[in-house]
Amino acid sequence: MRDVAVASFAQSQSVRRADETNEVEMLMPVVAEAVAESGIPKKEIEFTISGSCDYLGGVPFAFVSGLDAVGAWPPISESHVEMDGAWALYEAWVRLQHGDIDTALVYSFGKSSLGNVTEVLSQQLDPYYLAPLWPDTVSLAALQARAWLEDGHSDKEIAEIVSKNRLNASKNQYSQIRSQISPQEYLERPYRVDPLRIDDCPPISDGASAIVLVAGDRARSLPQKLAWIKGIDHRIEPHSIGARDLSVSVSTRLAAQKAGAIGVEVDVCEIHAPFSYQQAIISEALGLGASTDINPSGGALCANPIMAAGLIRIGEAAQAVMDGRAKTAIGHATAGPCLQQNLVCLLKGGN
Amino acid sequence: MAETEAVDPNAPVTKISTPIELTYRFTAGRAASRFIKGLLDKKILGQRCPECLKVYVPPRGSCAACGVPTQEEVELPPSGIVTTFCVVNVPFYGQKIKIPYVTGTILLDGADIGFMHLLQEVEADEVRMGMRVEAIWQDEADMVPGLESIKYFRPTGEPDAPYDDYKEYV
Repeated sequence: MRDVAVASFAQSQSVRRADETNEVEMLMPVVAEAVAESGIPKKEIEFTISGSCDYLGGVPFAFVSGLDAVGAWPPISESHVEMDGAWALYEAWVRLQHGDIDTALVYSFGKSSLGNVTEVLSQQLDPYYLAPLWPDTVSLAALQARAWLEDGHSDKEIAEIVSKNRLNASKNQYSQIRSQISPQEYLERPYRVDPLRIDDCPPISDGASAIVLVAGDRARSLPQKLAWIKGIDHRIEPHSIGARDLSVSVSTRLAAQKAGAIGVEVDVCEIHAPFSYQQAIISEALGLGASTDINPSGGALCANPIMAAGLIRIGEAAQAVMDGRAKTAIGHATAGPCLQQNLVCLLKGGN
Repeated sequence: MAETEAVDPNAPVTKISTPIELTYRFTAGRAASRFIKGLLDKKILGQRCPECLKVYVPPRGSCAACGVPTQEEVELPPSGIVTTFCVVNVPFYGQKIKIPYVTGTILLDGADIGFMHLLQEVEADEVRMGMRVEAIWQDEADMVPGLESIKYFRPTGEPDAPYDDYKEYV
């Protein structure tokens, strides 16, 4: 495998409603920051790819206008995935493996505020049996939480997870929910969709993120500290949520094995878990121990710009490596209903 | 619909109908919002790219070619030329204008991109590329935040612009 590193990461402030700016205006400063921080002149970026979802804004081919943020003239080599930006990063990594180019820009953006996002997301379910019932995201997450609880767990574990994420988010300038909550306060909160409390659910968020990947000697020639991608893999489970055990994440486990992320000492792990219970499921699948600092950013539970939140996890994990806070870090991303698809990216510092 | 038709419960289901309706808000963004509001004051506001110096109208807050924010606002005159056009001969439901009529791509003087609008006070067979036109605004009561505030464009009678002046924009 060819060595590929994260050279820079940028993200927007996650907000409830970016009313003033359209997607391009929201995205442009983020892309500009990531490119500037990478040390790679914009004209020398050889591959550009984005991750976004037209359903969020209800505009067909909305990703095409996203290109206004990068400057696509003279024509650039460009691609798109209708997925979280983490999968765009995966495609960029594969593209860099070809060996003929050294640089790639990955960006993602989403404004969940434009529609009723819990209804919008129900349309990703199978069109015959589930989507016509319009099951909302929170209810499906509640089913998953229930499955996990019935597997012999208690919401006291979740109280710790929520409290820790909220503490971390209170220190993250980009996060959206910045207020803290103690485990006790959490347990006293009423249910929203039993067993989920409001604090188990992510906020509705608008935001964007961008990462520049650089490969081989070109990367080694850069002056800044880099986060090398030592392994990356993604796996998918059956679409029908009735066809799998929602209390565990076999796809995360498999992706982590393939990425070489099992049995290694991990300093920082950013888990893409929009719902608190999902963090417990992913953490278990990754086999993380007490020595791993999980979600120092506060996670998607506190800032959830859909389509960008997964890429932000990889970016935050990479940033921890680049800042020297971690020798080894994992960035995890999820997609689809109830953790259907999962991506694991193992990052390390050094040369 | 044959709703009264007897359904054979043992027959295989060959199709289902699942209507989907989702409602969205739309955010025009900073640049387009200024443009839309400007039209209410009969002002056409574009933006100039700081790198390639091209003027975009309607502005999108960015230069798609250079990938940089556009901040400098440029007020454009309500006059320009027809770069391309289409004669509409096809009747359709809800049509408000008598056919044949012409929609054209209007390149305002000082702009680097055209936009589509209606041409009136001219016979369809007299419209031509390079024809100089001017905007006719709606009556005060009919002004809306949108390009509909311009009722239509009509010929000014000035000499046509030479092809070289607008060949980049065709």
